[in-house]
Amino acid sequence: MTGPVLSARGAAVAFGDRVLWRDLDLDLMPGEFLAVLGPNGAGKSTLLKAALGEQPLSAGSLRVAGRSPGRGNRALGYVPQQKSMDAATPLRARDLVAMGLDGHRWGLPHHGRADRQRIAAALAEVGAADYADAPIGLLSGGEQQRVRIAQALATDPALLLADEPLLSLDLGHQRAVSEIIDRRRRERGTAVVFVTHEINPVLELVDRVLYIVEGRHRLGTPDEVMTSPNLSELYGTPVDVLQVRGRIVVVGAPDHPAGPSQHHHEGAPARPASSRRA
Amino acid sequence: MGGLFDFTDYGALLGLVTDSLIAAVVLGVVGGLVGVFVQIRDMQFAVHGISELSFAGASAALLLGVDVAAGSIVGSVLAGGLIGALGVRARDRNSVIGVLMPFGLGLGVLFLSLYQGRAANKFGLLTGQIVAVDNVQLGWLVGVGLAVLLGLAVIWRPLLFVSADPEVAVARGVPAGRLSVVFALLLALAAAMAVQVVGALLVLALLVTPAAAAFRITASPLLAPVLSVVFAVVSAVGGILLALGSSVPISPFVTTISFVIYLGCRLLGRHQRGGRRSGGAGSTGRGAVDVDTAGPAVPVGAAPGDVLR
Repeated sequence: MTGPVLSARGAAVAFGDRVLWRDLDLDLMPGEFLAVLGPNGAGKSTLLKAALGEQPLSAGSLRVAGRSPGRGNRALGYVPQQKSMDAATPLRARDLVAMGLDGHRWGLPHHGRADRQRIAAALAEVGAADYADAPIGLLSGGEQQRVRIAQALATDPALLLADEPLLSLDLGHQRAVSEIIDRRRRERGTAVVFVTHEINPVLELVDRVLYIVEGRHRLGTPDEVMTSPNLSELYGTPVDVLQVRGRIVVVGAPDHPAGPSQHHHEGAPARPASSRRA
Repeated sequence: MGGLFDFTDYGALLGLVTDSLIAAVVLGVVGGLVGVFVQIRDMQFAVHGISELSFAGASAALLLGVDVAAGSIVGSVLAGGLIGALGVRARDRNSVIGVLMPFGLGLGVLFLSLYQGRAANKFGLLTGQIVAVDNVQLGWLVGVGLAVLLGLAVIWRPLLFVSADPEVAVARGVPAGRLSVVFALLLALAAAMAVQVVGALLVLALLVTPAAAAFRITASPLLAPVLSVVFAVVSAVGGILLALGSSVPISPFVTTISFVIYLGCRLLGRHQRGGRRSGGAGSTGRGAVDVDTAGPAVPVGAAPGDVLR
């Protein structure tokens, strides 16, 4: 495919008076890595839901791999925001991947040799081959996340939608998961929409950033978007963007509706925050 | 009264209960398979609620002099349809079931107290019949059982997907709402069958315990249903065989067998899970999952070894 994998024209989502984002124009090309940033509740996940066909637009249009958004689009791989699987879930890692392949089909599960090889290859690609037969509920958060990415990539999608895939992972797993996704888009041209509240773990991989705050947004390369004037305008309050040892630190952004607090784009979010409080 | 058991003339008795044994096998197969999804979808409370309404339907039928089996199906299908329409959110569902259940039980008690017939019929609906499945009953048990098995076979794969992994399943186009209703109706039919054999109060022993036991010892989506069926059939058939030589109803035997199986699986499962992850890829296993659920404090709690990995 040579055209854009995800294409938005004047797209908007509003719930009543509350506009999450509007006038979104975007052409995401094959192999491109887009990070979607913004405070909680800015509508980052809603953008993914719109691409999945689960959230209708209130204005504008959206095309996914040349089609209008609809459920069951096999050109899409989806990694939902993480929640631990129940320890007693009767599924092994390979079963979760198998579901990504054909779990929507009616009837009883049946996998021929070609399917089994495909599942094994998907697990191997994310470095999860060692625990392919382990119960999914007994894997660590980082291991589960690798398996989820294998599941999302099992159909060889043109576009990977990942919702906070690094959330609650330690630094080692953050790096591993980011590298798996990066390698995939370089080698296979899978475009990536990566919702995150932390840009630093993926700063070197990101082609463009979509930064959404209260209905406003900026779209561009990290250097273009992540500047003090830009973010001050987005947040409507003075915000400083600092470059510290190759990392971007945002100071003064009111992140939570409860009140202004320091908003740090760091690799391990809770560590500096709690040490400051202590 | 002598002891609890009296196994003289056992062979002759056995010949009289062939139909009951067939019914028990059918019920075990259906209950074991339905139970797999009850477990994954966290619907144990719904099973109980549906069986109470099934009891209300059956006792209404007893009072009106119509077919008790039909009454129990009507009651449970009404309850199942309602619970299924309420959707996937466990919290809403549970409070509605908690409201419905005593109402159904109360209605049932009212109908039974108005009923002038044999007292054994009343007692049987709550705590199980004493090995008395006749030809007509067997016919419908097998018929309903086959219908449930056929329905399960059609929806098995998407139902497993949406039950274990709802977000991705919906994104993949699995019709979560419709599957929820269809499964609740299949569950209702299975519960109505079980009410006929073990009674409304003890349906859980066949629709919940066997699958719960199987899940303790395997995570294979193929082996878990197979074991669940084996456990349910052993409980139901074993219950009848023991009840034959005894003066008490079948249900205490069924529940005891299924409970003992569950206990055994729990002990075995603990042993297995302790060793299962030891050969893994340097994983922190269970501990890391616990840390993940602790929320924002995660990276703080992560051991230095995690970061280095």
